[in-house]
Amino acid sequence: MMDTVAVDAGTRNDRSRPRFREQLRVNGREHELDLDPRTTLLDALREHLGMTGTKKGCDHGQCGACTVHVDGRRVLSCLTLASLVGDAEVRTVEGLEATDGTLHPMQEAFVACDGFQCGYCTPGQLMSAVALVEDEGCPTDRTQVQEAMSGNLCRCGAYPGIVDAIERVRDREVAR
Amino acid sequence: MKPFVLLPASGEAEAAASVAADPGARFIAGGTTLVDLMKLQVETPGTLVDITRLGLGEIEDIEGGGVRIGATVRNSDLANDPRVRERWPVLSEALLAGASPQLRNMATVGGNLLQRARCNYFRDVTAACNKRSPGTGCDALEGHHRGHAVLGGSDACFATSPGDMPVALVALEATVETLRADGSTRSIPIGDLYVPYGDDPAREHVLAHGELVTGVVLAPSAWAARSTYAKARDRASYEFALASAAVALELDGGVIRTARVALGGVGTKPWRSTEAEAVLVGDEATDAVFEAAARAALADARPRRDNGFKVELAQRTIIRALRTLRERAVEEAA
Repeated sequence: MMDTVAVDAGTRNDRSRPRFREQLRVNGREHELDLDPRTTLLDALREHLGMTGTKKGCDHGQCGACTVHVDGRRVLSCLTLASLVGDAEVRTVEGLEATDGTLHPMQEAFVACDGFQCGYCTPGQLMSAVALVEDEGCPTDRTQVQEAMSGNLCRCGAYPGIVDAIERVRDREVAR
Repeated sequence: MKPFVLLPASGEAEAAASVAADPGARFIAGGTTLVDLMKLQVETPGTLVDITRLGLGEIEDIEGGGVRIGATVRNSDLANDPRVRERWPVLSEALLAGASPQLRNMATVGGNLLQRARCNYFRDVTAACNKRSPGTGCDALEGHHRGHAVLGGSDACFATSPGDMPVALVALEATVETLRADGSTRSIPIGDLYVPYGDDPAREHVLAHGELVTGVVLAPSAWAARSTYAKARDRASYEFALASAAVALELDGGVIRTARVALGGVGTKPWRSTEAEAVLVGDEATDAVFEAAARAALADARPRRDNGFKVELAQRTIIRALRTLRERAVEEAA
């Protein structure tokens, strides 16, 4: 924490310009940022790094559109202060595809299964779905998959396709 | 969001002292409640003290089969801990019934203990709210209060205590460990942590400003291992409770030797019902006894215009949880 968030002792009480330098590791790349402490991880990604794949929905932790991975866990970037991320590794939807542009199997499955309509919630859905299959041990029961995805809302109602896509990737992982 | 300064804390004592010295300072860990309330300007701290790197993120075994849960253990880690699932299943079930996977990956035990109310008027700085701005009144009295408490409120405030985890911890008689700014520590039985809203609904617990929750201690018992959580809500998942019940039963044959009943979603604090427990203990685990216990738990309920349905809903939730435990006992015996 001390290494990455430098609050200058001399300006601790200077409310006019409290800022901090943040070293953010996103999708394997280091970024050096000069941020207001109020900056959320979501705003750091979108407004400061130009990575607009992560979406701002409610901005209050209720919709899941801003879901990213921090050290392999899915979290809500809108309720995460960038200054508290420290040296953790952040993974966003931009980090899913291979360097040659090949889609992640979950992205392919979303396309194949009609896992989206307008697409706004999709980056968050994808990050939750990938965490579920890669890290959390995806349940075999469809109702439990729905439960595990309940933190990502979709106003278009693409839920059945989203769950189909997850089951497709899960079953492929199991078969492998 | 109002400007603030973020201070990293290198030790527990330093963190407690930093917050105690500054009325505008707050601890921050998961941030799931605090950052949200800061965006709404319900909370306007000038200083945040980061407690995420104090080494409070472990679940330790203690003598006699208990555990000490560090204050910054994430809800998801606690819910999935094999010891918790086996010895205190109600805690795991309550955690998994709360919020979403993303929030559970962020939220910490200490923060979750002190989660603030979800009352719309508390969260709206233009509304009258005695909890947020003491003395301004309560817009929920005449306004939207379908989700509000039927136990423990007053005309000053009847906002529901929103958490699931604290309800389980109240049933389990957990102990909350804290560190004060002067370096002293205390162990608070969780039943004594929360205060019912009296004239000052802004005060929800007995902790002093700057008193740091360092951990929660659980002791094992026969009844704790036979516990469950039932939750009724407006949608199947990712929603606060309209009514919930954390229940534990130790059965001797068909007779109830020990019982614990705590309610969520209906009280101004996580609500222990010793009245329901008294009905259960010494009697047979029959539906009639369960129903009598549920009635006893809600006997003092004071419903208002739009939340009267919670009385019967809470009773049914208690009965459902008790039946679940009876079924498990039958399966275990078979």
